[in-house]
Amino acid sequence: MNREDFPMISDKLIYFDNGATTLKSNSVINSMIDYYSKFTSNIHRGDYDAALMTNELYDSARDTVREFVNAKDSEVIFTSGTTMSINYLVTSFMKNHLKKGDVVLLNKAEHASNVLPWFRLKEEIGIEIEYIPLTEEFEIDLDSLEKMINNKVKVISIAHVSNVIGDVRDIKSISKLCKSNNIYLCVDGAQSIPHMSVDFDGLGIDFLSFSAHKMIGPTGVGCLVVRRELSKDMKPIFLGGGMNLDFYNDGSYELHSDETRFEAGTPPIGEVIGLREAILYLEKIGMDKIHKYEVELKKYLVSKLEKNNKIIMYNKTSHSGILSFNVDGVFAQDVSIYLNKHNICVRAGNHCAKLLDEEIGVSNTVRVSLYFYNTKEEIDKLVEVLDNDNILREVI
Amino acid sequence: MDENLKRDIIIDNYQNPMNKELIDDSSYLKVNQASESCIDNLDFMMKIEDNIVKDIRFDGEACAISTSASSIMIRSLIGKDIDYVKKLLTNYKNMIEEKDYDKELLGELLVYDTISKQPNRIKCALVPLEAINKMLEELDEKKI
Ligand SMILES: Cc1ncc(COP(=O)(O)O)c(C=O)c1O
Repeated sequence: MNREDFPMISDKLIYFDNGATTLKSNSVINSMIDYYSKFTSNIHRGDYDAALMTNELYDSARDTVREFVNAKDSEVIFTSGTTMSINYLVTSFMKNHLKKGDVVLLNKAEHASNVLPWFRLKEEIGIEIEYIPLTEEFEIDLDSLEKMINNKVKVISIAHVSNVIGDVRDIKSISKLCKSNNIYLCVDGAQSIPHMSVDFDGLGIDFLSFSAHKMIGPTGVGCLVVRRELSKDMKPIFLGGGMNLDFYNDGSYELHSDETRFEAGTPPIGEVIGLREAILYLEKIGMDKIHKYEVELKKYLVSKLEKNNKIIMYNKTSHSGILSFNVDGVFAQDVSIYLNKHNICVRAGNHCAKLLDEEIGVSNTVRVSLYFYNTKEEIDKLVEVLDNDNILREVI
Repeated sequence: MDENLKRDIIIDNYQNPMNKELIDDSSYLKVNQASESCIDNLDFMMKIEDNIVKDIRFDGEACAISTSASSIMIRSLIGKDIDYVKKLLTNYKNMIEEKDYDKELLGELLVYDTISKQPNRIKCALVPLEAINKMLEELDEKKI
């Protein structure tokens, strides 16, 4: 749907790498061109018309995000993306609230950005990391999770939708466990926020991270949404302009009381404006409609590929637009190079989830990740091109 | 070389690679060759005795080009002395980078003589070369 709104879409290109980043709509691109060509100015300091306009858009972007994820009593902090958001919450909050021996629960399907910051915290303060077991479908095993909970467990950090398997984790049930056991719940929303409606308050999330570029927005900006009760104890990592009220000769200083205390220096203003426009666009279509359509597309893709006995699929049943597979006898990267010859963009690799290969038994897969602008006709083309016994020969 | 013959040789070496199995032997030099720009990840090991390459082995996950290139290169190097190995590697690199090289020396490795036309494959073809060069450097350091 809405293909006409995306300038990169054409008959000559099939873009199936939406898990990595999505295409941008004209509305998003134009909102940023307007900022850069009509009212460029910094925020919070100017008294002229352009600056007032910029201020208004920047501030309203925060409210747009807040409403989009339904986070009423929370702070929405602009970061550079999911990776920075998770690093930020680990460094500015967890480092000061956890102690040696405290347990953080991860799982082996997590993206590097939700693994390495915790590894470092383990090095620095001696937390322990344990992994929630995965089921045979590589999905989170809730029963096992429940059994892992004890008074040492202080954090569960988990992707809402995993970027290789595409399973939608039951955040509601996990958050109930967290609430009754005083556990912080950190959710990586990089692959959920763009594709489905996410209710921060309703799900009982404490920290939520996501990136604009995976939701038709620009690169370089994302969000960290934090429950206010927790964000008041979060220590700003960066200090400088735009976040302090005043500072004095004796070395004392006062910081802003709102989210800007976490946003020292000039933020990516044009990109925040682009993110705002992206959310307005997605809301117009409706997140439930987007999710339903993507799940339907994936079902269609799976049913078609099932007829090709050379295709090994790893996550047929997961409820999202992500399919990971291999072609028997052909290395994943050779498949993606082959598909590129047919102007089909997919991704080959371990998709930054390097712990997962122990579980799946293969390190590398080809990943198709769909978005609402993809079509059944595009899938037909992929299926047709993969129905070829000579892939290896044609790719070398 | 005929394009079809080249493909046959590459596919044969991808599907039935020479020495694609590591062994547990501490007398070998070892190196991991993982590329930052692509997903190839291969381990190599090499045994040198009296200035002669006695054995080279490799294993891991990698594409058709880097796997086949490793296989063919291993076959070309086993039993040769280090000076020859260095000369062959230099000529191979020159071929991949479209510089002058000695065709006679490269034998089956000539199947990659047009790989430079596919820029995203150049790194793959260089994987075994870089691995072996690293192990040779390690050897030089040991000698000093
Ligand atoms: C599940 C998940 N988490 C985190 C990230 C990192 O996002 P970014 O690179 O935008 O920081 C990604 C993106 O690949 C992802 O898929």
